[in-house]
Amino acid sequence: MAAPLTLLLIVAVTIRAVLFRSSWAELISERVEVVSPLNAWKRVVEGLALLDLGVSPYSGDVFHETPFMIYLFHFVVDYAEIVFMVSPGLVFCLSRFLTSLYLFRKQKYALESDRYPADCLELLRSPKEMFYIPLKVAMFYLLNPFTILSCVAKSTCGLNNAIIALFILCTLKGSALLSGILLALATYQSIYPLTLFAPALLFFLQRLYIPVNLRRSSFWFFTLQYAFIYVGSLVVITGLSFFLLGSWDFIPSVYGFIFSVPDLTPNIGLFWYFFAEMFEHFRLFFICVFQINVFFYTIPLSIKLKEHPVFLIFMQIAIISIFKSYPTVGDVALYMAFLPAWSHLYRFLRNIFLVSCVLLACSALFPVLWHLWIYAGSANSNFYYAITLLFNFGQILLVSDYFYAYLRREHHLTHGLYLKKKDGTEATLVLK
Amino acid sequence: MGLLSDPSRRKVLTGLLTRLNTPICIVCYLAGIVWFMGLAFEPFTLRTYMSENAMGSTMVEERFSSGERALSLAKEFDAHKRKAGGMPVEWLVKAMQSRGLEVFTQSFSRKLPFPDENKERYMVRGTNVYGILRAPRAPRTEALVITAPCSPGNTNNQAVALLLALAQYFRNQIYWAKDIIFLVNEHDLIGTQAWLEGYHHTNITGMEYSPLQGRAGSIQAALSLELSSDVITSLDLVLEGLNGQLPNLDLANLFYAFCQKLGVLCTIQGKLQRNDWDTAEGYTHAAQTMMLMVLKQACGRSWGDHGLFLRYHIEAASVRGINSFRHYKTDATTIGRLLEGMVRKLNNLLERLHQSYFFYLLPSLSRFVSIGYYMPAFGLLAVILLLRALDLWVHLGAPALAPSCHCFSVSLQPSSPGVLTVLTPVVISHLTGVALYLLPVHLQEMAVEHFPVSETEAVVLTAIAIYTAGLALPHNTQRYTHRLILMQFILRYMFTLLKLTALLYLAVLLGCTALINFSLGFILAVTLVPITASITPHMPKALYALVMVLLSPAFTILYCVFIYQELIEAPVSVSEGWMLFLSVISQGILDHALYGSLVYPLLALFIYPCWLMFWNILFWN
Repeated sequence: MAAPLTLLLIVAVTIRAVLFRSSWAELISERVEVVSPLNAWKRVVEGLALLDLGVSPYSGDVFHETPFMIYLFHFVVDYAEIVFMVSPGLVFCLSRFLTSLYLFRKQKYALESDRYPADCLELLRSPKEMFYIPLKVAMFYLLNPFTILSCVAKSTCGLNNAIIALFILCTLKGSALLSGILLALATYQSIYPLTLFAPALLFFLQRLYIPVNLRRSSFWFFTLQYAFIYVGSLVVITGLSFFLLGSWDFIPSVYGFIFSVPDLTPNIGLFWYFFAEMFEHFRLFFICVFQINVFFYTIPLSIKLKEHPVFLIFMQIAIISIFKSYPTVGDVALYMAFLPAWSHLYRFLRNIFLVSCVLLACSALFPVLWHLWIYAGSANSNFYYAITLLFNFGQILLVSDYFYAYLRREHHLTHGLYLKKKDGTEATLVLK
Repeated sequence: MGLLSDPSRRKVLTGLLTRLNTPICIVCYLAGIVWFMGLAFEPFTLRTYMSENAMGSTMVEERFSSGERALSLAKEFDAHKRKAGGMPVEWLVKAMQSRGLEVFTQSFSRKLPFPDENKERYMVRGTNVYGILRAPRAPRTEALVITAPCSPGNTNNQAVALLLALAQYFRNQIYWAKDIIFLVNEHDLIGTQAWLEGYHHTNITGMEYSPLQGRAGSIQAALSLELSSDVITSLDLVLEGLNGQLPNLDLANLFYAFCQKLGVLCTIQGKLQRNDWDTAEGYTHAAQTMMLMVLKQACGRSWGDHGLFLRYHIEAASVRGINSFRHYKTDATTIGRLLEGMVRKLNNLLERLHQSYFFYLLPSLSRFVSIGYYMPAFGLLAVILLLRALDLWVHLGAPALAPSCHCFSVSLQPSSPGVLTVLTPVVISHLTGVALYLLPVHLQEMAVEHFPVSETEAVVLTAIAIYTAGLALPHNTQRYTHRLILMQFILRYMFTLLKLTALLYLAVLLGCTALINFSLGFILAVTLVPITASITPHMPKALYALVMVLLSPAFTILYCVFIYQELIEAPVSVSEGWMLFLSVISQGILDHALYGSLVYPLLALFIYPCWLMFWNILFWN
């Protein structure tokens, strides 16, 4: 296991190092699919220059990173490439631990309890399969072209992904304190990971055998404890930022920027076209509608998946990356890294062929239509937005397909694999 | 979405698609071809109309009258050109200055990667002369360009002279709202390229040029004039630019409108328009005109000086005077008036031309086919690839769903070590493609040393040699696969997986190509789709190998050469055709190096490797 992993790591690092040194790096770091106004390296450099001059980096409307980020780069700006190389590596190690840890545990759990019907054994995974999952997860993340592009563009998205991966690791290891702190850090970085609070809480409750019951005091005790850690560290981090910069400038400039979407540069998300077309006086209303999308699904999903918090984390991350205001391919890569962990759902997936075709075609068409629109001047923004829509349609289909497959597998685990109708014919499951 | 989520209906649909896969594919292919041929049928096309308001409603009166003076200027220019043995720069500068223009020159030099035998040039050194007429009525933020190439021999003298005469006439008018740049460029496209790069401060092709001393505003439109005789019978409009890019259709409409107004015969692809669309001859004529446009667009080169302007977002077209044996002649004054009218209309523009179509085919000057009409023809061909891929996918998935094949499905998990075996042919094919792209130009010196050939021949023959060598690949990849693969069903699985990958790859590739350059995508689809969709390892090898080679990208180019010659009514014998084919290849490589045409890298780096993957499948056992 160690040998292929090392090999993989070497390959991944080599690809990135070669691309960093090639003339492609500059081209890639300008692509709107890869960098957003939030995480573009060019803007970080601008912020650093302002900071060095003793001006607030948030004066002017260029820099939108958090204060921690700018101070991090203030110290390591000369080694920026190494930082960006390390961050996916970090995710990689984590994903390795994460999956092995979680899945072996679950496997044991599944084998020990013989409450499943006999014919469902093939739904459970053999340890041999599990053994390769960390490798696959690492491969999916490290060799994913999306991650490579994002890393070569020096998009700070990679660092955010690393924080989220660390948070997931700590959660799975059962360390509520670290998990809370890292969640706060992730929230501080980009607000949206806020929705991961629910799955993390559910996971700890499950781990400590505390039933989700609103009348139980132990439930409330733990919830409050975890919420306190989370909110407390959020307050501390924000306070620290204030002391670092000496002003609250970063609040409107980072979070205001995320929420009110003033920068309508085209990207792979759904926001830019709508808000470029919209009359100004409807703007506030539709921003609320669009932003609510990210947070709203937390409630029904938490209720439906309260027994499966890890899958819930995956769903939440996917939803964030689809509906966030400035998505980049780096965000997409994060949740795609989870897919091998659900390889046991593969047989229940229905649209995987369609989805992979759509995602593949869209990834190729983004640069083509961008070229036609911006350089050739023959196409226009509608063409590009059509592909954006299709890309997001593909992502949503992918996520819902996995959701359905997960539910269906759970159903089969309890009811047996080969369902019969009352009259003896083969029954099919329909998601309604 | 009901179709996607209701399992029983899904099953019916996939069952239908897999059972009827072959008939559906054949129908799609035939429908695609028929649809495409139908595009030239007049009732299916739209009549062209002027979309741009600023050019439509305001009619202008043309008063240009110094056609005779232009012709005497042409003689003078010819004399000076002979004396200077090239472009008479000083005379041109003086002539432009005396007409009240701000005159500047730009010198440039370019060493070609290998000698261009068609135009007999290797080390190119030249000078562009341009004069700017400053707009009296507006800030100098926008400009129009009229360009005439200074060609060797006694061609294009009349064009340069008419340019000067127009400059003199324009100078005395007060209505100009845009600067007008009169450009005389040497070495046709290379000069234009140098001037455009200088104007826009870019350097994308490694050209050496002196910076421009004088500039006008952002260029809105450009007209290139080619005229080699005192009187002409018809004017030909050339639209196809670099990488198959076309100018806005309104520019063609404008030209057509003025030809109608002044009674000048106008052609496109050298073909006059016919009115008898309901006869067989009429239809054939329109189809030939459209096919010529498709072939010209597909080859991705610039068919006139205008082609390079398009890259800079400047709408441009070439107007070419043709003198044939026809009785009806048009004099220089009328051509001058036509240009005057067109420039005045362009002068009225309030914004860039954008109202009309950018994606179109022209079966005649008054009829056009827009993207919405021609895309289905390509779509019908592309959908075959997707249908085949779906079919393979269903076959791949079937054993995994059947309970008896459980142990089998485990071994078929994606990213099992076997994926590496599929990866091997993919990587090797692409490496061959990279060799095809890089080696011909870099190895020419070595080839010239060892073989008795010229540099140009060396490049072309190396390309063909590498292309042919690629066909030997399956034997190389098999050695790897034998070691890794033992069981028969896994072997089958692997080939299916490889074919699935290759089909999807080809579909995406052709789709992207067709969006940028419809004609190229369509031509490639017509030849590649039937063979790629039907290929499996279980076919008579020799026969199918022959068919595959005959439908490979290189042979497609060869066929295109013959068809093109047939359509321009200059049929060639096989040996002449072969020589033309060789020169087309060298021109393609040169176009890529000089102007950044993308057809050669596309074919070498993507289409050819993709074809090699299918070649691999045929020899998979």
